[in-house]
Amino acid sequence: MTGQDSVQQTPSTPVPPGAGPPRHRPGEHSLFGPMADVAGESGYDEHPARVGFFTDTSVCIGCKACEVACKEWNLVPDDGFDLLGMSYDNTGTLGANSWRHVAFIEQPVRAERRTTASEGTPTPRSGSPAASPVDLGMPSFELPGAGTGAETRQEFRWLMASDVCKHCTHAGCLDVCPTGALFRTEFGTVVVQQDICNGCGYCVSGCPYGVIERREGDGRAWKCTLCYDRLHGGLEPACAKACPTESIQFGELDELRGRAQRRVEQLHEQGVAEARLYGESPEDGVGGQGSIFLLLDEPEVYGLPPDPVVPTRDLPRMWKFAAAAGAAMVGAIVMVFQEGRRR
Amino acid sequence: MSESGQNRHRRGGPGDDGSREQRMVPRATFTSYYGRPVLKPPAWHDNIAYYFFLGGLAAASSGLAAGADLTGRPALRRGGRVGALVALGAGSYFLVRDLGRPERFLHMLRVAKPTSPMSMGTWILAGYGLPMAVAGIEELMPGPLRRTPIGRLVSALARPAGVAAAALSPAVATYTAVLCSMTAVPAWHEGHEELPFIFMASSAASAGGLGMIVAPTSEAGPARRLVAFGAVVELAASRRLETRLGMLGEAYTTGKAEWYLHRASALTASGTVGSVLFGRRSRIAAAISGVLLLTGGVFERLGILQAGRASAADPKYVVQPQRERLEQRRAEPRG
Repeated sequence: MTGQDSVQQTPSTPVPPGAGPPRHRPGEHSLFGPMADVAGESGYDEHPARVGFFTDTSVCIGCKACEVACKEWNLVPDDGFDLLGMSYDNTGTLGANSWRHVAFIEQPVRAERRTTASEGTPTPRSGSPAASPVDLGMPSFELPGAGTGAETRQEFRWLMASDVCKHCTHAGCLDVCPTGALFRTEFGTVVVQQDICNGCGYCVSGCPYGVIERREGDGRAWKCTLCYDRLHGGLEPACAKACPTESIQFGELDELRGRAQRRVEQLHEQGVAEARLYGESPEDGVGGQGSIFLLLDEPEVYGLPPDPVVPTRDLPRMWKFAAAAGAAMVGAIVMVFQEGRRR
Repeated sequence: MSESGQNRHRRGGPGDDGSREQRMVPRATFTSYYGRPVLKPPAWHDNIAYYFFLGGLAAASSGLAAGADLTGRPALRRGGRVGALVALGAGSYFLVRDLGRPERFLHMLRVAKPTSPMSMGTWILAGYGLPMAVAGIEELMPGPLRRTPIGRLVSALARPAGVAAAALSPAVATYTAVLCSMTAVPAWHEGHEELPFIFMASSAASAGGLGMIVAPTSEAGPARRLVAFGAVVELAASRRLETRLGMLGEAYTTGKAEWYLHRASALTASGTVGSVLFGRRSRIAAAISGVLLLTGGVFERLGILQAGRASAADPKYVVQPQRERLEQRRAEPRG
């Protein structure tokens, strides 16, 4: 694989127009794999550096300010006021009317994690006679926040994560769009032109993350634009602006990748062994996400696919099978008439 | 939904008692976010299944009609050409109706995009539709119109147009399978080896069925043979699809998909048996067989649509194969 050169790129080097960073050989990775200059591949001669999000879920407090700021800025309509009855998350999922979605997971702590958390004193396994009383989730009389050390960690944890469109290097939605409504911006992001979209719905199934969706009553497909309008004005996206803990960070993607790497190393040093990055690798199935995440559990726990692959990767193979089937049809029709002639 | 916040689905492993021995059991677990779907359900309604059926029927009918034209079978030619025209007309209606903004249908013609099977399909359909329509209209022209210059031109063009339509018909019959497979919907994407054969074969069986309805038994020999070919390939490819996909095959063999696909197989099989046994002797039996085959074709597409919906709705179809892939890759790192 020649993908190494794109991984080794120094972060935040501005791309001089014309003389781009080492590109892949022509045609080699046009459908999948690493791509050094996403906007350049889409035909922009001069363009700003690729931007994206780094969402550090380890500092997310689940306040949903990102969801609100996004709706306010982008005039996204409400999506009903349903109580989903599963957690503090009543948004449920990304969709046509939710371009940020804060997942909320209440999770029993696993045995191996408990051991690291309480510095080598393993909590007795549940089921053994010495097990601590069953936690009924009752409120305690202790002052909340009185202790902050590892001793305060309890039998369960809360995971909060603000999900968003991944603005993939190889975007399934963009590849399948038959009208050109979806396009790659000069910032390397993926945006729907609402005056072009005819609501064919293909992008909905093209996305391996279940992000883009057709809006009820409107008929067109909608998703995060990474605040394309604000980017033109030199502003950061509304969600990142509103985030009170800097869980959502906006910036040039190369720089964010370095920042994410440093953060995950820092957390590992602090004993948070379960911290991991999601979507940062240009070697992954979508050539690297434009929105990268630091997670504290497997991606599927947050409702994210663990190993997403852009459908386009297999497109040449699909057409080969279709060609074989088409050839069989021609052969069959010729045959059925030739037999007829003999009689 | 779940008392522990996240759903942990275990199959064949011991319960969640914290015992570490569990690691020895082959991993067949998957986790999801409260059992919620990872993917969005396909936006397409049943309309699209009707289009898949009608488009395939039109395509294979054009092939049959061209053959009938060249081998001197006027009734089969006429029925195939008119059938293709009507089928594609109706199919286009369903296709446009399934858009969120039907009035913007022509936006499809803004671009020609090789990575989008829907864009390619639009152009394939346009390229096929024009000659197909010429051939179809020729059959429907009333006598007085035939004698006008335009009528004479259409009549002269009918045969080359019919052959041109037949030449493009395999693309029309199979591109819809690529259209389905070129998605993140697991049952469709992973089924990309068999779906083109199923779509093509089902189209052939349907067109053969239509041929048996519109042509007298003396002319319908090729139609009957096309039915036999289509039915055998369709049933074989469907069986291969269901078994090859492993756990994902359940999307085809359970629920609504199973309901439709089971009936599709039964209808196709009985229509084929009917055409083989009685198709040569009785026009009525041939027509009944034809109707069974056409209905089977509709059910086949509805079943495949349902399988796609089911595989997008249940996170296990998305997470479990990806998780297994990931673990496998971790177990054997690249050199």
